[in-house]
Amino acid sequence: MRLVVVAGPPSAGKTALIKQIIRSFHQRRRVAFLKIDVVRAFEDTELRREFGILTAKIYSGDLCPDHAGVMVLGDAVEWANGASADLLIVESAGLCLRCAPYLNQGLGIVVLSSISGIHTPVKMGAMISLADIAVVTKIDLVGQAEREVFLQKIREAYPRVRVFETNALQGTSLQRLYDLIAASEEIDPGRLLLRGVPPLGTCTICVGKKEIGWQHHFGVVRKLEGEAADYLFRGE
Amino acid sequence: MSGARAMIREITVLPGTTKDGRPEPFQRLDLRVGEIASVVGPTGSGKTALITDIELLAQRDTATGRQVLIDGEPPPDDFRYDPASRPVAMITQNTKCFTDLAVEDFLAVHARARRLSRSGLVAETIALANRFTGEKITPEARITTLSGGQTRSLMIADALTISAAPIVLLDEIENAGIFKQDVLETIRATGKIIIFVTHDPVIAILAQKRVVLANGGVVKILAWDDREQPAAQALIALDNRLVEVRERLRAGETLCDVTI
Repeated sequence: MRLVVVAGPPSAGKTALIKQIIRSFHQRRRVAFLKIDVVRAFEDTELRREFGILTAKIYSGDLCPDHAGVMVLGDAVEWANGASADLLIVESAGLCLRCAPYLNQGLGIVVLSSISGIHTPVKMGAMISLADIAVVTKIDLVGQAEREVFLQKIREAYPRVRVFETNALQGTSLQRLYDLIAASEEIDPGRLLLRGVPPLGTCTICVGKKEIGWQHHFGVVRKLEGEAADYLFRGE
Repeated sequence: MSGARAMIREITVLPGTTKDGRPEPFQRLDLRVGEIASVVGPTGSGKTALITDIELLAQRDTATGRQVLIDGEPPPDDFRYDPASRPVAMITQNTKCFTDLAVEDFLAVHARARRLSRSGLVAETIALANRFTGEKITPEARITTLSGGQTRSLMIADALTISAAPIVLLDEIENAGIFKQDVLETIRATGKIIIFVTHDPVIAILAQKRVVLANGGVVKILAWDDREQPAAQALIALDNRLVEVRERLRAGETLCDVTI
């Protein structure tokens, strides 16, 4: 089974891109799709209806969606493998842009909209730097020069990442991406690891607190003033 | 300009399908260096889709299913995916830019994307843009604050100096408040393959090839016909007259003394 993990900010065009990937593969490969979202998601039923593929979704609710993703990915690989899928596509919710949900096997794709602002690529960090491929969407909304400037900014900040551009609604110029997916190596489910360590192992606010101010929290905290070495608060 | 880009002699568009999914009724559209083509047809007929196919060097992987050849062959991957090798510059109808950079920074990054390092290139581009618009563009102005005409002028200048591609696509440049005749003259002198999407009768008739679209497909390719020469002359005269009247109206004058 091959694996593709898709991340990117909300409304960047992740689902539109995934639809094009599925459209290109579903007749010759058995495709499974997992959507990780926070409160509501419709992609699983939409894609099942449109392509007749295997789909699943999970709501992270109060939990960080990337954290939830890490929790369920093992099960998801087992589920897709058990259903004899040839290709598993995982779509993350992509919210705070700090984590990279990509694994040490399969392809990691980050989706960015060409109208998202010229400094967005450098603000996103690991979600781009740990990806194999960046797909820039909505290219029909900006001129060629502006697109090339946006792509150049990504290339300069992340020279290792391959950059493609597309109008994901129409699926233009994606053949090379499909070729890369088809040529990617099959995964070994027993040896799956995250590509990068998530920036925070514990978030005390996530687990039901409303208080603001570092005095009310424990674990990894931060004060307004202070060097990196002061981050760790080990209690009074 | 890189050797590969400079050597392009011809592009070819092979048919795809119309909006109803039927094969397009043309064999092939060939355009050679120095040729100017106009693309005409009603709104929604697929004019922009045609030049977008050329811009993306479509390989049956766009909505129309068309294929574009360079010198009779499918283009190398670099032409499609590496901005520095891309042989096409396109000016879209879009006059809105989202890039929050100063004009000079925008042009400098674009020059890096095209792997050009010649000094003076940015200043040259801004100077050329200022020939196409009456509102002066300064190097420090934010791209996002430029007017429609300024943006259009800057993008045309950028296409000619920084993109410097052998194929230039222009999508309805006439309706952005720029000096059309200056743009036309500058572009004609470059010896490139030029394709105008247009509703402007003068631009449409003066092209060596007129590509007619309907319902998403190319339905006719008309070569320049000398018998249209008188009509072309009359249209140019009419257009000059209209420009004159328009400038007077824009200047707040009344037209009580004008007979049209």
